[in-house]
Amino acid sequence: MKYVDEFRDPQLVRGLVDRLHRITHHSWVVMEVCGGQTHAIVKHGIQQMIPSKIELVHGPGCPVCVTPLELLDKAIILAARPDVVFTSFGDMLRVPGSNSDLMTVKSQGGDVRIVYSPLDAVALARKLPHKQVVFFAVGFETTAPTNAMAVWQAKAEGLTNFSVLVSHVLVPPAMTALLAASDNRVQGYLAAGHVCTIMGTEPYEPIAAQYKVPIVATGFEPTDVLEGLCMLVSQLEEGRCDVENQYARSVRATGNTLAQKRVQDVFEITDRNWRGIGPIPLSGLALRDAFKDFDAASRFELGHLDVHEPEVCQSGLVLRGQLKPYDCPAFGTQCTPQHPLGATMVSSEGACAAYYQYGAVPP
Amino acid sequence: MKFVCPVPRLKYDQVQMVHGAGGMAMGQLIDDMFLAAFDNPLLRCRDDAAVLPNQWAVSTDCFVVDPIFFPGGNIGTLAIYGTVNDVAVSGATPRYVTAGFILEEGFSMVDLRVIVASMREAADDAGVQIVAGDTKVVPRGKADKIYINTTGLGILQGPALSVHRIRPGDLLIVSGTLGDHGIAVMSQREGLSFETDVTSDCAALFDLVQLAVDQGKGAVHACRDATRGGLVAVLHEFAQASHTFIQLHEAQIPIRESVRGACEMLGIDAMNVANEGKLVLAIAPEGADAVLRAWQSHPLGRQSAIIGEIHDEGVGVVINTRFGTQRVLDLPVGEPLPRIC
Repeated sequence: MKYVDEFRDPQLVRGLVDRLHRITHHSWVVMEVCGGQTHAIVKHGIQQMIPSKIELVHGPGCPVCVTPLELLDKAIILAARPDVVFTSFGDMLRVPGSNSDLMTVKSQGGDVRIVYSPLDAVALARKLPHKQVVFFAVGFETTAPTNAMAVWQAKAEGLTNFSVLVSHVLVPPAMTALLAASDNRVQGYLAAGHVCTIMGTEPYEPIAAQYKVPIVATGFEPTDVLEGLCMLVSQLEEGRCDVENQYARSVRATGNTLAQKRVQDVFEITDRNWRGIGPIPLSGLALRDAFKDFDAASRFELGHLDVHEPEVCQSGLVLRGQLKPYDCPAFGTQCTPQHPLGATMVSSEGACAAYYQYGAVPP
Repeated sequence: MKFVCPVPRLKYDQVQMVHGAGGMAMGQLIDDMFLAAFDNPLLRCRDDAAVLPNQWAVSTDCFVVDPIFFPGGNIGTLAIYGTVNDVAVSGATPRYVTAGFILEEGFSMVDLRVIVASMREAADDAGVQIVAGDTKVVPRGKADKIYINTTGLGILQGPALSVHRIRPGDLLIVSGTLGDHGIAVMSQREGLSFETDVTSDCAALFDLVQLAVDQGKGAVHACRDATRGGLVAVLHEFAQASHTFIQLHEAQIPIRESVRGACEMLGIDAMNVANEGKLVLAIAPEGADAVLRAWQSHPLGRQSAIIGEIHDEGVGVVINTRFGTQRVLDLPVGEPLPRIC
């Protein structure tokens, strides 16, 4: 299949693995930022191929995993309202809130619908003028442009029955927070290729310079991840800390400026709480004043919800690369995809789910 | 910074969609609710069809597919093929079918006529007669257009095929490309619609089963049609019932390019996607070549392939990737949910 098979070619993979073995002389701890990369690594068994001196730790780049509990509880409240059609990406439906989840709300009569694009939610609002259609706008820089577009379009059309519950987060502030933590082990980043497609590689220059870590914008296929690792390990072995671009077929240094413009039109940068990690300054997006009418939280006067996350599972440590999923005592016993303790076990991009699904075992 | 996570919710107080999706949650519902209440030796076998003492095999199935019309068929086609296939995989010759209809007030008579005509056509194709039926109409909004239940009866000539006959050393053969039906239906779903040239593979599989039994002689041990839950669900049934370990070879698994494309886009695995015209066979090695050749020369089995084998150490399903690595193929909780990005 075009644009897939080329990047899964066993011979190319073998060549890259051999190269990685040749150039790796020291031990390195490397974080792949995006859950999509974690998924590819575990699915294709990349950890089984690479030198044992390279430790891959899995980053916080799973939008479902880091959406704060308070937002989830708000989503659950909205979804249960009889006047609301609550729309969301599929992954969010099984993430546990304080007392329920969206799938349960649906089984109790809430009108919860999976959409593949926020623009489908806008279309639904057009079709159901007597209902309030709310879209759960979660995700990183990757989903922000289409979510911004949906709000933009709703405003342009004067749709008064469409709104978004916003929980957007930004990757570079999280990468910075991880490096700044006293217990940081990460020595190099494979940056999330799709985030870089939108935002470019420039936002990473100050991070690489300040913390002296190499960063390689990397794609999601086996050859992408392996080539990204080769580029990163070369830098580490040579003592360089540059920003490089492995995913050149998709990423430009300046990113997709049109998409950035639409995001800036609609959203502004704000502080954001990350589930499992905590508050990170200037790490999220909120609607600008001109679009505040489309904010579901204020339209439905949800206010502040007091939520408490009992300290049961350790997905925060997993999200920060401090703990491998199988080292969590609950992994695979108390905590399974069927009965997840934490979001990292729910989302297909969560590290725990990937380890569980593909049966990754300690080396 | 605090590193925390929410408390588990360990049981379901309500029925949820996952309970009907062919995954782990449905298995648990069947075990804890239905098997617990109805327990008897025939039911406990957990084969697609129960073999009654007089060599009749019986199977029943409800059809609630949405949308009711999709590329390659409709709910009526499925209602016949789905049930006769469940009878056929026991090795029995399907003979009779009953049909129960739950119709929503206001449902189009034109659509109903098309569906019924498709059922007649499928029944003729499968060599069965529809011999009893029932009709109920419910108020508008209490059902979604039309639901159909069919029960199939077939007669066994020889010993029944059963998952309990699977042995270490058996090879696994699949009768063609995987995921066609599920992708064809998903492509038409509201909110998920995308363009594809994939059509449903729904077909009567009795001929293929008989070919296997004839050509494989006694070597054919178990046969399933890989419907809801796809190939992976069938293999887990095989592994659990026979307490064996299944090893697959990724490079040998036939998947149509357009299905792979759609699955890549949706972030799901074709091996978990439903089929309505594909068999999975567990067969002792000495019979495998003859069955493979026979299937490959049949119109419904042209892309048949040997995809793996059964081992005795452990229980579960593992796949060897194209890169020489291995991964577990876990049974999904429920229907695959399209991912965010």
